[in-house]
Parts: sequence; structure tokens; C-alpha cells
Amino acid sequence: MKRYMAVWFRHLAADRLALRFPGLRQQPFVLVAPERGRVIIRAVSREAGALGILPGTVLADARAVYPDLLFYDEDPSQDKLLESLAIWCYRFTPVAGVDGPDGLVLDISGCTHLWGGEEGYFENIVTRLQAGGYHVRAAIADTMAAAWAVARYGTTHPVIAPGGQAAAMRDLPPEALRLEPLVTERLRKLGFTQTGMFMDMPPAVLRRRFGQQVLERIGKVLGTLPELLVPVQPPEPYVERLPCLDPIRTAPGIELAIRRLLETICQRLQQEEKGLRKARLVCYRTDGGQQLVEIGTNSPVRNLEHLFRLFELKIDTIEPDLGIELFVLEAPVVEGLTTQQERLWDLDTCGKKDAVTKLLDRLESRIGAAAIHRYLPEEHHWPERSVRTASDIQEAAATPWPEHLVRPVSLLGAPVRIEVSAPIPDYPPMLFIHKGKIHKVVRADGPERIEREWWIEKGLQRDYYQVEDEEGGRYWLFRSGHYGEHKPEWFIHGYFA
Amino acid sequence: MKQSAERNEVIARLRGEILSSGSTVYSSHSNEHPDLGPLNRAFPGDCFPFRGTHEFISHTSETAAATLGFMAGLLSRLMKGPEMAVWVGAHRTLFPPGLKAFCVVPDRIIFIDLVSEKELLWVVEECLKCNALAAVVGEVPDIHPIALRRLQLAIEKSGVPCLLHRHRPRSVENTVCTTRWMISPMASLMEDDLPGVGYPQWQVALLKVRNGKPGSWQITWDGQQFQHGYTEKTGEENVYIKAG
Repeated sequence: MKRYMAVWFRHLAADRLALRFPGLRQQPFVLVAPERGRVIIRAVSREAGALGILPGTVLADARAVYPDLLFYDEDPSQDKLLESLAIWCYRFTPVAGVDGPDGLVLDISGCTHLWGGEEGYFENIVTRLQAGGYHVRAAIADTMAAAWAVARYGTTHPVIAPGGQAAAMRDLPPEALRLEPLVTERLRKLGFTQTGMFMDMPPAVLRRRFGQQVLERIGKVLGTLPELLVPVQPPEPYVERLPCLDPIRTAPGIELAIRRLLETICQRLQQEEKGLRKARLVCYRTDGGQQLVEIGTNSPVRNLEHLFRLFELKIDTIEPDLGIELFVLEAPVVEGLTTQQERLWDLDTCGKKDAVTKLLDRLESRIGAAAIHRYLPEEHHWPERSVRTASDIQEAAATPWPEHLVRPVSLLGAPVRIEVSAPIPDYPPMLFIHKGKIHKVVRADGPERIEREWWIEKGLQRDYYQVEDEEGGRYWLFRSGHYGEHKPEWFIHGYFA
Repeated sequence: MKQSAERNEVIARLRGEILSSGSTVYSSHSNEHPDLGPLNRAFPGDCFPFRGTHEFISHTSETAAATLGFMAGLLSRLMKGPEMAVWVGAHRTLFPPGLKAFCVVPDRIIFIDLVSEKELLWVVEECLKCNALAAVVGEVPDIHPIALRRLQLAIEKSGVPCLLHRHRPRSVENTVCTTRWMISPMASLMEDDLPGVGYPQWQVALLKVRNGKPGSWQITWDGQQFQHGYTEKTGEENVYIKAG
């Protein structure tokens, strides 16, 4: 059965300003914005509200009664605040959404037992928000609409027992149904000052008098019609949560938490024959901060020890500060992994590839994937393009490594200009000068002409020579372009063994 | 005289026992005796003690290339089985297709490029702990004796050989390495004075080997294995010949 909690921030904009400027606390003040040539009050602080000032009043009227009323310009970036409050609520529930301009709605089904029941859960959230400087009202009910109504208009106990929403709504004003102002006005004109007076009327009568909307709203309150909750962050399909009663501040505590989370997620992956490729650990701190640690694997894994070792390398990057109250482990990327494959993983005697994969996972989590390469042949003659990086450890070469080509064991990052003295076209140079040293060429092989791939880039072709100087050094030189047409330029591009 | 001969025999026997007991490392490597051709005689028991750290020192780009070639040849001996190897370096100049000439399949090597020396040594050590690798190559100019000691300890557990290429070291101090080499290029070997560049040939200096006989050899790589090089100088009458 679903349970929802609605949180209403009664003076959200004013609270936010008071948080930023603590001098404004306990002060009556209002937030204003110009509208049609007049300055209208948009939000009021709790104290201003107590004076009877309502949002929507013209500022000049209010100041006529209270001449020293403080007023400030409205800040339009309020949605962001609500969103971040919703994200803060993720420590209490995996699904939290923004509801209207000043409310949050949480799907609390199955979460409350961790705080000792719904009462304790309710108390915890409300007191912590109030301690943070927000004036809030909240309610828990079976439906989002009922929780919304009780949070805003309720006078009785805010935790509505399962199935009790109809009774709880009975005494509330028609506004609690969240209808259009025109409809509520008509209801009031006819004397319906309490929802209970018309809720049980035949639907056809209600529809004829007040329109379809009333029926829909009543249905949503009672739970006969579905209502959709749009979470601020879409929930990950594979996620495990571990709230802590006491904030965790030590490395052994974090290790224990990671183990517990991995155990449950590995169990689930086991049942679904899946393996983990990427995992993210989010630590929610008591001071509102978040710490994030991510690991990736080179092949699907659900081996607890291996995953734990990957996280272990990162534990020292987590700053617990005052303490972590909630650990959430998400697995955004999972892949199929059958039990048979996993058995291979455990057999270390023949599964050497897996041992290497494990090693690479460990290295990757410390030094990053960008530093690790494996090269495969690419069908290009141009030396710089003749190799490509393999995408993963298992990938095999699509084409064999070229057998007939002579390639140096050491290649310079970019060819370096050299001075040569060469006799006639198509001959290797007699000597060349590299880094101020004259090398007399004794033996040479070549040329090997490598054309530029015109469909990739334009430019001159290269004629490569393998030469050996009198000291036995072996070099890979090339001449760029033809003789005659261009002034030939010579480059050194590598060293042979 | 007779006594001393007997004693020598006993000493030789005991030495053999020590060597055989010292090399019992738990490892599943299939390449029990990497064959280094003419170099084998220099090692204790005529067998290259591959489970250890092997330092290769080079000072110029040419000697570095020669060293890379020799190391690649050695690597091909170590990679006879199905295992992969790891090549860790800061400024990698090695061109993977060039390994093909030394019977090494380039895609069986995992390259790790790191700038930080500290992380580099960490990676080398971690790799050495993984006994599923055929060998670990590290390109580090300088290594602290204590760091080398750590690598040695990792090797003793896993039995994975470690080749360290020390290009332009600041100083070559006495370390606990198993062997230390210096390879410099020589005129290539071409039979019957054919034109062109032939098989690579190197002056291989084994500066240090534990329980063995250091020495210097002319070694060539004939495309399959290490061979004795030519000693006579053939470069003199080499006239300029058109190649190709």
C-alpha cells in the first residue's frame, strides 16, 4: 500500500531570505514584485502573516496600516531551492518530488520503519526542517491529494491512518480539494463550507453543477483515481539504501556500510542474472553535503570481494566531516552475467583473463581508465593511424597485424626535421644531421612510399627509408613529397632496435 | 689437491641445491626456462633467472631503441604461454607494430601511461602481485632501492618477472636487482654482404647477475631467437649501394 507525505513550506521565500540575513528572523517583513503598475506583496514572513498581511495585497495598503513594515524584492529563483530541498529529502525516501510553488511530496511507502514508524518519521523530517529555519507543515496519508489537503488545511492529527482520508477531509474547506478559485467560490456561495457536505453527492449532480474537475479531485483524494508523482531525480533501477542511526565518521564504519550495501545488491543481481559494470556510492552527510564515489569494471561483476576492493581504494577520498547518515549505492549500468560465467570468474587456475580484468579494475579505479590502453591493428598505412585503442580487454583484432611491413620499435610523437645530404631522387641520404650530430649512413633499405589517405586529409606523401649509421644506430627517415615539384624535406620518425 | 677437488664438488653440489630450492616460487607459468641462446651460459645453472627484477640501462635514443628491441626479444621468450604482459611508462615511445619483429603480439600487451612516478611504481607493484601476467615492464629512470625491494618482495610471492628500462638514469647505484644490462647498437648483421639493413645486432653487456658470470657479447636477433653476432668488421668495404 502506498503512503505519501506532503510538506508545505508556509513562508518559503521569507524563510530563505531570513536564512541568508539572520537579522530578519522574528521580524515582520514582506517580499514584493511589481504588477500592472502597482507593487504587490508576493510573500510574507510568519510574523507579518500574524499581523494579518496576506500575499496579494498592494504594498501601499499594507504600509498604510503598518508604516514601518520591511519589504524586499522577490527572488525569482525559488524553484531551485525547492528542488534542492527535495534532493535533501532523498535521505528519507528514494522518491521525492516538487509539488506546486511551495510544497514537496514524498513517496514514503516502506521507508518509515527505519525511523520507528510514521510518527517518528514525521517528527524527524519536520523538526529537522524547522531546525533549519523553515516554517513547515506536513501530513501523511494514503494519497498525495489527501496529504496535500491535510498539510495545508488540517486541524487534527497530521498522520492520517490508512483508509482514513475520507473522514479526515470531511471538515476541511472546499479549497482543500485544490480546485480552481471560480469553483470554490461557487461552492461557498451555495453554502458548502466543508468538503463533507458535498463529497457524497451523486457524481452526475456534482459534474453538472461544478464540472468534471471536482469529481477528479475527489477521486484523487480518496484514491480511486491515480495521481502521478514526478521525482526530482529519476530513481535508479538498481539502488540500495542504508540509513544509519548514528552518523558514521570512521573508515571502518564506511567499509562496513559498503559491505552491507554490496551484499544486498549482489544478492539481487544474483537473482536477476545480472552483473555490475558501474556503481556509484552517494554518502549523505548530516550537514547536508554529499560525497560521491564511483567505480567501473571491465566486465560484469557481482563478486562482493572484488567490488569491495574497488571501493576500498577510494574510501580515503570520502570526507565524513560531521558524519554520514545515509549511504546509497546505485548501479546505473548492469549487464547480463549468467551463473556459469561467474563460475569461470572464480576459477583462478584457468581464468587468467579474469584475474587480469580484476587487476585492471583495481588500477582503473586509482589511476583512471584514460591511462590504460591496449592496441589493435587498424587498416591504415599511415603510421600514426595504423593502431587503434581496443575498447575492452576481450576485444580481438579484426585484422591481423601486418607481417610484411618493417616498423620501428620506437616512434617519435611527431616527425622531427633533419638536415640531409642526399644524392639523387629515390636514394636514401648519405648523411643526416639530427640534434647537431652528423650521422653517416652506411646501410639503407627503402624507399617505402606511404601515401596520404586523401579521404581523411590532404598533404604530401612520404618515402620512408630504414638507415643505419656507422655507429650501428638504426633510424626511420622519410622524405616528404616528390623531388622537383617541392623542395624536399627530410624527417626522422623513429628508431629501430 | 684431491681434498680441494672434493671440496669444490661439495660446494658445487650445495650451490646447486640452494639455487634449486631458492627458485621454488608458486606460479603457474608455463615458460619454465626462457631460452636466451648464447646468453644462457652466463646464468646460474645455465638458466635465465627470470623471476626477478632486470634492469636495462640506456643513455641515448639509439641505445634506448636497442634496449627496447632486446627487451622485446626477452619478452617474447617470457610470453610463450597464453598470459598477457603489462608495459608501464611515463613517456612511451614504443610503437606497438614494431614489436611484431620480435615475435611479440602487440595486442597481448596492456600499456599503462602515467606521469607521476609514485603512481607508476604503485602500478608496477600491483601488476607484479598478479600472477596471471607473463611479465611487467616498467620504464622508470630512477628507482629508490627501497622501492625496488618492494618490487622484489612482490615477485617472490607471484613469480612474475619484472623488466625495468632505466633510460637516462641520474645515477646507477647498487640495487638488489637480479640482473643488470646495458645494450648498445652495432652494425646490423647481413649475411653474404647483401645490400640493405639486416638483422639487428647489439653489444650486450651483462653488468651484474646474481650467482652468475657477468660478461659482454655480440648478440643478434634473427627474427626468431637470440644468436651469436658476427665479430669481424664488415662495415669497411661497404660502399654506397642503391637499396630497395
